[in-house]
Amino acid sequence: MYDALIGPFVEFEFMRRALVGAIALSLGGAPVGVFLMLRRMSLMGDAMAHAILPGAAAGYLLFGLALVPMTVGGIAAGFAVALTAGLVARFTMLKEDASLAAFYLISLALGVIIVSMRGSNVDLFRVLFGSVLALDDPTLILLAAISTVTLVALALLWRPLVLDSVDPGFLRSVSRSGAPSHLVFLGLVVLNLVAGFHALGTLLAVGLMMLPAIAARFWGRDVTTLAAIAVGFGIASGYAGLVLSYNMETPSGPSIVLMAGVIYLVSLVFGPRGGLLPTYWPARHREA
Amino acid sequence: MSAVTIRDLTLGYDRHPAVHHLDGRIEAGAMLAVVGPNGAGKSTLLKGLAGAISPLSGAVEMTRSDRHAIAYLPQAAEIDRTFPITVFELVAMGMWRRTGLFGGLSRADRQAIEQALAAVGLTGFETRTIGTLSGGQLQRMLFARLLVQDARLILLDEPFTAIDAKTCADLLDLVRRWNAEKRTVVAVLHDMETVRQAFPQSLLLARRAIAWGPTDEVLTPENLLAARRMTEAFDDHAGICAEAA
Repeated sequence: MYDALIGPFVEFEFMRRALVGAIALSLGGAPVGVFLMLRRMSLMGDAMAHAILPGAAAGYLLFGLALVPMTVGGIAAGFAVALTAGLVARFTMLKEDASLAAFYLISLALGVIIVSMRGSNVDLFRVLFGSVLALDDPTLILLAAISTVTLVALALLWRPLVLDSVDPGFLRSVSRSGAPSHLVFLGLVVLNLVAGFHALGTLLAVGLMMLPAIAARFWGRDVTTLAAIAVGFGIASGYAGLVLSYNMETPSGPSIVLMAGVIYLVSLVFGPRGGLLPTYWPARHREA
Repeated sequence: MSAVTIRDLTLGYDRHPAVHHLDGRIEAGAMLAVVGPNGAGKSTLLKGLAGAISPLSGAVEMTRSDRHAIAYLPQAAEIDRTFPITVFELVAMGMWRRTGLFGGLSRADRQAIEQALAAVGLTGFETRTIGTLSGGQLQRMLFARLLVQDARLILLDEPFTAIDAKTCADLLDLVRRWNAEKRTVVAVLHDMETVRQAFPQSLLLARRAIAWGPTDEVLTPENLLAARRMTEAFDDHAGICAEAA
């Protein structure tokens, strides 16, 4: 038991680093995922994950697999797409999903072309699926910094974000903070996707952001609780995924996301807030 | 002293006027009912007063401090009822002007929220999520938020539609209380009985003002007939209005 569950983390530094990386990712990403879900932008996270590809790919093309250029490139591309899409949605008749779809498709096509201009299959594999077992110090510090910035920004923007989601008309009537806080929020999405990109790759970067958040929806009744539960689920799937990957020799990034998926499926069936069993097999009702 | 002065105000969409060359004053502490057929521009007028849309021409004049003390209850509030938030927290959002982005709630603020909930008959609903409320309870909750907002000018767009008689009477009492506290209330209403009972002033609107003044003089059969004759559809080929300066 010890050998399977705790031993690997005591014995191997790369396992500890991977666990710390997963914790950092969950702390920042899961609350962002909760807001994405509540604002009906769950798929937007996936779109944005593709949108950062051309930037990261450009960094890779020029400098190889290096942390700084790929991070800067990814952030720049993500911000460019998120801001343009957000602005188009605010100031034209296009809804956010439509404008985002247009921009992320452009950027995905561009990214694939840039990646194909250089690169071995190993590098390509790393770009697509990440390297959670090879997180070096600078990458870990980057992940921790991003989750710190995210938590502070969310604390400051909590009220307008909640109000903009639940009653945007009212927010407009009392404050002009709706548009700026929305843009900052999109920025947080990009930052956390870039963090996810380093650990889990471009294809699964949204995994630790969305799955724990969506699973939490079946358990919590207000936003704060949802965010806390989502962070917990994220960390749990990081740990469980690493244990699975160590013992079964499965690829670690996909194992972590798969564990988050298992938590989601369990929540879907048993979750007390609208899960399948409580909904279709209700407990005996009360008198009043 | 007038709270709001409306000068030659035209509001509309895509250059088509929904409210056309409206002039008038809303006195401070007035209870004004806005009545008229569907498509008469009543909701548009309220949006214009709230500053949610800008005029095509003309102006809505009020003091700067008044402009920041407006509470506006739209006809169909854009509330996402599936959002996980409790009744207490939603009503607390009415405190925005005092708490700003991240100020906390003081003990007095919490008491004010409890009192507002009690005033609309929702004591005991504090920790319920908004998705569990009925239509009437939701409207009561929104009135509680209006109470908490402590505004000088309160704009209500069809606040009593699809609400049972008891709730309607309770909420109307609140409106009367606001009036007694010298707040200005402008409400879009369809029920003429309610207007005659509770609102001394009326504006009968059919894009243009048919009549504006004491309710008895406004709601005459001739005026109501004239309002009904308004054509509803915009004319896509209408020329440019000659009155436009």
